[in-house]
Amino acid sequence: MYALTVENLSVAYDKKTVLENACVTVPTGHLAAIIGPNGAGKSTFLKAILNQLPNKVGKVEILGKVFEPKSLVVGYVPQRNAVDWDFPTNALDVVLMGRYGHTGLFKRPSKQDKIVARQALASVGMQDFAERSIGQLSGGQQQRVFLARALAQNADIYFLDEPFAGVDAATEKTIIDILKDLKAQGKSIFVVHHDLQTVKEYFDYTILLNKTILASGATEDVFTPEQLQKTYGGKLFMMQHV
Amino acid sequence: MIEFWVVFTGLLVGVTCGIAGVFLILRRMSMIADAISHTVLFGIVMAYLITQTLNGFWMLVGAAFAGILTAYLVQLLHSSGIQEDAAIGVVFTSLFAAGVLLITLFAGNVHLDVEHVLMGEIAFVPWDKWTLLGLAMPKAVWMLLLVLVINIAFLLLFFKEMKLATFDPVYAATIGIPVVFLHYGFMTSISFTTVAAFDSVGAILVVAMLIGPAATSYLISKTIKQMFVYSMLFGAAASVIGYYLAKFWDTSIAGMMATTVGFIFIVTFICQKIVERRKKVLVHKLETS
Repeated sequence: MYALTVENLSVAYDKKTVLENACVTVPTGHLAAIIGPNGAGKSTFLKAILNQLPNKVGKVEILGKVFEPKSLVVGYVPQRNAVDWDFPTNALDVVLMGRYGHTGLFKRPSKQDKIVARQALASVGMQDFAERSIGQLSGGQQQRVFLARALAQNADIYFLDEPFAGVDAATEKTIIDILKDLKAQGKSIFVVHHDLQTVKEYFDYTILLNKTILASGATEDVFTPEQLQKTYGGKLFMMQHV
Repeated sequence: MIEFWVVFTGLLVGVTCGIAGVFLILRRMSMIADAISHTVLFGIVMAYLITQTLNGFWMLVGAAFAGILTAYLVQLLHSSGIQEDAAIGVVFTSLFAAGVLLITLFAGNVHLDVEHVLMGEIAFVPWDKWTLLGLAMPKAVWMLLLVLVINIAFLLLFFKEMKLATFDPVYAATIGIPVVFLHYGFMTSISFTTVAAFDSVGAILVVAMLIGPAATSYLISKTIKQMFVYSMLFGAAASVIGYYLAKFWDTSIAGMMATTVGFIFIVTFICQKIVERRKKVLVHKLETS
């Protein structure tokens, strides 16, 4: 079975095409990096897959099915700066939000939900910050809380939008360990990633994106100087490291 | 007894608006509330023209319609590439102007004058009574109680969904939270609130009551529940204090209430800044010692 099947996916904002005829199939059980230059449409690609853009055309299947939000199979971790961290709430409460789909309408989160949320917080090393206002957390801690929320949801497939942007080294290590652990459990993980130096170390699968999917496959096959040159054009400064 | 009803109406306006305002602030929709407070005039006039009565129920229906129409039109213009503030500006002035024109053209001889809708007159509230279940209370009080119950019911039913849809709408949508339904449901409750508060404080000052207390409580709250409690308290306090100050100085009651809202905000803002600075100084001292 494929974790993700995308056929001829196109997205345009105000007549400006951001994504054009993207096609990719990814088998289950991979930890996959989505990489490409700034403005290549990586976040748009994620949102289009999750059916959050009304102006998209094309076919997307997640785990062999058209994505149905209520199924809760998808755990989405947005970019950290996509939300207002001055929102009056604490870390545990944000992680509990990951349980809302399971709790159902009109009901309050149960004791079981709270136990799961605390476990998720503990697994990202944030158990001591459960009652802390989210505005008082550091960037890395906020990112961990976001990941914990997706873990509390207990999804089968995860999409993370730049989880390593602006986080400390310890947080980066924690996050990648958890993602590798999820992969070991047979789950599929897609990560929009920026740092080309860590791609080989972190990811066993790579998708190269710039307005469309340029290449995808096992990292050792795809993450090559030629392919990167094609994706980044003249903008690539790190060729010597690859 | 008359004074009691005036104060009680003010209190209800403060509490009802205080509750409705919390998610307005959190969703950064203060300007939409401003727009709706004007466009409900259009809805009320339409309701009057169709039913030929100033029945409170049809006023609520008309207002809800106008509120949803406003939110929808703003969304439509915004998603077609116009900046949100410009979209709000265009939509609300057009609908409000249409409402004013309709009043002067077709409803000139009924008790639906523009000044009353804009400014309200809380002092007249006790004279217009309704008897329901053997209970004679001012019409405005009935309306406010009804809307208060609706607002509280909406929050009790959808509190966690509203919280998530406000904090992180994209994530909310990916786990099946009905984000669009909640948006329009909330806009409806804001429209109801505006109409209910019309008679007493008018369309312009209802904005002060919707935004002021909630904005003040946002400064000092750590959780949304706290924010609700403070917002209700600030709203109620502003109404009561405003009423007695207006009586003391013999001036506009609604005006004094709104002024008190502003005053409470400024005092809280300054106190909060002072406390914050003290904390910083203390932390600095502890770190250096």
